[in-house]
Amino acid sequence: MAAISRDDVAHLARLARIDIPESELDHYASQLDAILEAVDKVSGLDTSGVEPMSHPVKMENVFREDIPAPSLNAQQALAGAPAVEDSRFRVPRILDEE
Amino acid sequence: MAEPVIAFDQALKEFDPVLGLEVHVELGTRTKMFCGCSTEFGGEPNTHVCPVCLGLPGSLPALNRIGVESAIRIGLALNCEIATWCRFARKNYFYPDMPKNFQTSQYDEPICFNGYLDVDVDTDEGRKTFRVEIERAHMEEDTGKNTHMGGATGRIHGADYSLVDYNRAGIPLIEIVTKPITGTGKYAPEVAKAYVAALRDILRGLGVSDVKMEQGSLRCDVNLSLRPSPEHELGTRSETKNVNSLRSVERSVRYEVTRQAARLLAGQRVVQETRHWHEDTGVTTSGRSKEQAEDYRYFPEPDLIPIAPSREWVEELRSTLPENPAVRRARLTKTWNISELEMENLINAGVLELVESAVNAGMSPDAARKWYTGELARVANERGVEVEELGVTHVELARIEALIATGALNDKLARQVLEGVIAREGDVDSIIASRGLAVVSDDGPLLEAIVAALAADPEVAEKIASGKVQAAGSVVGAVMKATRGQADAARVRELLFAHLGVSE
Ligand SMILES: [Zn+2]
Repeated sequence: MAAISRDDVAHLARLARIDIPESELDHYASQLDAILEAVDKVSGLDTSGVEPMSHPVKMENVFREDIPAPSLNAQQALAGAPAVEDSRFRVPRILDEE
Repeated sequence: MAEPVIAFDQALKEFDPVLGLEVHVELGTRTKMFCGCSTEFGGEPNTHVCPVCLGLPGSLPALNRIGVESAIRIGLALNCEIATWCRFARKNYFYPDMPKNFQTSQYDEPICFNGYLDVDVDTDEGRKTFRVEIERAHMEEDTGKNTHMGGATGRIHGADYSLVDYNRAGIPLIEIVTKPITGTGKYAPEVAKAYVAALRDILRGLGVSDVKMEQGSLRCDVNLSLRPSPEHELGTRSETKNVNSLRSVERSVRYEVTRQAARLLAGQRVVQETRHWHEDTGVTTSGRSKEQAEDYRYFPEPDLIPIAPSREWVEELRSTLPENPAVRRARLTKTWNISELEMENLINAGVLELVESAVNAGMSPDAARKWYTGELARVANERGVEVEELGVTHVELARIEALIATGALNDKLARQVLEGVIAREGDVDSIIASRGLAVVSDDGPLLEAIVAALAADPEVAEKIASGKVQAAGSVVGAVMKATRGQADAARVRELLFAHLGVSE
């Protein structure tokens, strides 16, 4: 049973900006299938009446006051940047997705 | 390339327009939504950043209380329900101006929902109220700022690379989304504009944002679709971005109606896509196609704690809401005894608050209106700034006004005093002293100037003597010129007639 198709893999790869060659799509599809099948075992349990959990600890309304805190300086901020120009992060040409 | 359009009236005969408006407002909090970095505009690049807003590994967001309060107050002012419990969600996509590779936003649990805003529009049958229903108002964060380098135009097309400044990344945004707005017919452009204007006024009144469209703290996306008649299902819509003035909101709706109608009448279909508005040419052009549904893989943000606004908190915030702008306007129109058009002018000039505080400080409504919509609006317009930014206080205006009343200043001199005030040369009286601007009402120098003017033009004396009193104008003019505008014109006339022995 192939729940994940070649097209799904190609789509996921595109979303994740990973370059997967055509020839390897089937390979990953079957691997992802195996993972899904393993996780799918949970579906066998009766979870009616169980709220999906996003936060393991029950807490609400945790706020920070609107008081400025020190920021990094530009040198610190840019220290890990592969390329810098004019105190800004220099990034490769952005494909037109606007 | 310009696309074919048909006349607006023609388009409206064939189709029923349906609007949708998405407004992003940047909150005026001191710090960002999830970190303590300053939101101040115009800092050196990448100096208002920290591990949180740079998306560095291991950093954790902490939610700004004022950001949440502002969101709730906006929702209440827009007649929304406030969620009893909601979460943030991650909206996943890659773009260099978003360092975390997801935007922290809200998905199916917006903090405010199901509201409305009534807006007034002039129609053929008089002023009519249109109800714009609000689907939701949710919290999210702004992105950084890209500068596209190289290429011919500095735009993204053909750029060689881009530079990113993350000072803006993480500044709190509230996105306010309407339900489809139907039933506007040919008034769709006016309703769209009136809605954004009314929303802007409300946000300004709440004090949650400086709502400057030209600086991007209020941004509007305009969705528009056409259908053959109100009985039909909604047509395919376009989403026009970059609509950053009230006038553009109106124009872009008008344009899209005429463009989509031309396509449909030619047997083509409307493409679901993002379009860009061009202020200069007044057209929209095609951007990204949205034929393929976007896949943002939203999921609840695990690093932020759910928000459960207690009803007490909500009511406390409700009690801080200012008077509704439309109600306030109606009240002031009546109290000041002015027409709706005059009120409109005050609003359009962005000076209603200024006039109100001047009146509250004791200036007459007429005098306050005269200054703020007249000379100050003119100077502000000339300099491309808001009247407010000229920094003239009502105390200064009241002093100038008082000096005009006693005859110590005339209108021309008053304008020069104002110029000095705007240039921060000192207080009104010291400007008058240092610029030598007091009205000359000393009879001696005035009489001297009158005699000189009559000597230069002997015929005029005879004309006046023979009863042509309107000829006095040229003498008064000459005296004003000789005194560099500082003469008291009424006194000059009096002296002139006395000098010639004629009565007015
Ligand atoms: Zn930060």
